[in-house]
Amino acid sequence: MRKAASWAILLLGMAYFILPLIGMVEFSLSMKRGEYSFEAYRVVLADPRFRETFMYSVVMALLTIAFGVFLVVPTAFWVRLKMPWIRPYIEFVTLLPLVIPAIVIVFGYIRLYNTSSWLPLTGSLTGTNALLLFGYMTLSLPYMYRAIDTGLRTIDVATLTEAAQSLGAGWVTILAKVILPNVLVAVLSGAFVTFAIVMGEFTLAALLNRPAFGPYLQLMGANRAYEPFALSTIAFVITWACMGLLNLVTRFSKFDKAPR
Amino acid sequence: MTDTPPPVTARRRLPLTWLGLLPFGLFIALFLIAPTMKIVIGAFQTPAGGFTLDNIRGLFTTSILNSYWISIKISFASSAIGCLIGFLMAAAVVLGGLPKVIRSPLMTFSGVASNFAGVPLAFAFLATLGPLGLVTVFLRTEFGINLRAMGFNILSFWGLTITYLFFQIPLMILIITPALEGLRRDWREAAECLGASAVQYWRMVALPILFPAILGTFALLFANAFGAVATAIALTGSSLNIVPIMLFAQIRGDVLGNPHLGYAMAFGMIVVTGVANVVYIWLRVRSERWLK
Repeated sequence: MRKAASWAILLLGMAYFILPLIGMVEFSLSMKRGEYSFEAYRVVLADPRFRETFMYSVVMALLTIAFGVFLVVPTAFWVRLKMPWIRPYIEFVTLLPLVIPAIVIVFGYIRLYNTSSWLPLTGSLTGTNALLLFGYMTLSLPYMYRAIDTGLRTIDVATLTEAAQSLGAGWVTILAKVILPNVLVAVLSGAFVTFAIVMGEFTLAALLNRPAFGPYLQLMGANRAYEPFALSTIAFVITWACMGLLNLVTRFSKFDKAPR
Repeated sequence: MTDTPPPVTARRRLPLTWLGLLPFGLFIALFLIAPTMKIVIGAFQTPAGGFTLDNIRGLFTTSILNSYWISIKISFASSAIGCLIGFLMAAAVVLGGLPKVIRSPLMTFSGVASNFAGVPLAFAFLATLGPLGLVTVFLRTEFGINLRAMGFNILSFWGLTITYLFFQIPLMILIITPALEGLRRDWREAAECLGASAVQYWRMVALPILFPAILGTFALLFANAFGAVATAIALTGSSLNIVPIMLFAQIRGDVLGNPHLGYAMAFGMIVVTGVANVVYIWLRVRSERWLK
């Protein structure tokens, strides 16, 4: 009886999640009247605007990951090694982007870094791109920091550092050759979430007027009938792939470490 | 093992250790704190730079208050329903005697679904519950149920709420499953030994323990829905005046005709999500007392 009720709840819940996905895929396949075809995908993939915005978002995502790792790994390492008492405060700060809505943050950017300010980032193309990059880093900070900090917890930072130091390694060597390889799995799991977030992000890119995938998708949605559904399906596959890889990586890491 | 004390040398040159936090501190100050402070301060400033409460007072006009009210209602409904359904699904999997193998796929799927927000999500629901959507057409042709004639519209309060549930339910599942797994079997057995029925066990033991976790997650979901911009814009365009859509239009083109009123709206958003998150953190600390 309890088992039957549990199955019923689970299946009903799953139906809610699966129906929209079926609807989306079905719509994306029905561009040609009366038959299923990949016509919408063909049209979308042939659109140069798609390729441009998609590549723009991919490059931004990779840059966000690279800069994020560059910022977070040394910080989390330093906090664990030298000032563990400050860790709760840092963690609180890294969670702030979940509290402050993205639209508010980007509003602040636009007003703070406009052409007449002391740091006119929005005045030039490179500046705006950089601002968007920093915005993406801010959005992904909660996930990145948490992942890397958890990774650092599983290794003995102090001993590793001392061992490296007694062999004559400097800070850069320690970070690049000792710490980073040891938390690579954690870095990767943070990276996959970041990738998924940046690929689908709309608000920041739209308000900073950058040609990213999210605003392009919204624009297509306002003007075309079938293509946006093909694009949404592509976006969903990307999210799936990122989360699937994330799962794979974390599972892999369980067998990677000898029990202590 | 995890939190090893800092080496003794660290204490002797304490001021220097702060240098290690400089890049991070600078980044946070420039791209998180300063922009937010700019908004908060701007909400209390006249265009000339003097202090004023007029902007905040300006929020209390019918159209803006309405937009806050709709936003709060949608956030409330989607987080309440999301909590309920998410809880039931998690409970079904953890306590309902279902095979353990489905737990991990469910968690993975929840991770995907909670991240599948924004513009694509809006299209998924348009294709399902929109005027020509899968479910709409199916109900009409197979059962003769016309959702539209019944007053349902995807570009409405309920349409948006149902869409938001797609990321609200998985978030609830992700957060509440560990809490449910933390319920000890001994507690249930102890209650049964004392003659408690299943209902009594839930009402007097399990739910009071889980309550802070549930309510805390509710607050988190609320903030999550309140700040969601992309899904709403892609789904409704500007036909539904919720706060994020209004603020979006205000940033783009100053539709309110007063830039500082935009600051005040953004400040209002921070206040709402901030309060929701303070509740979340406070209740989380309380719930961890039991579920360790």
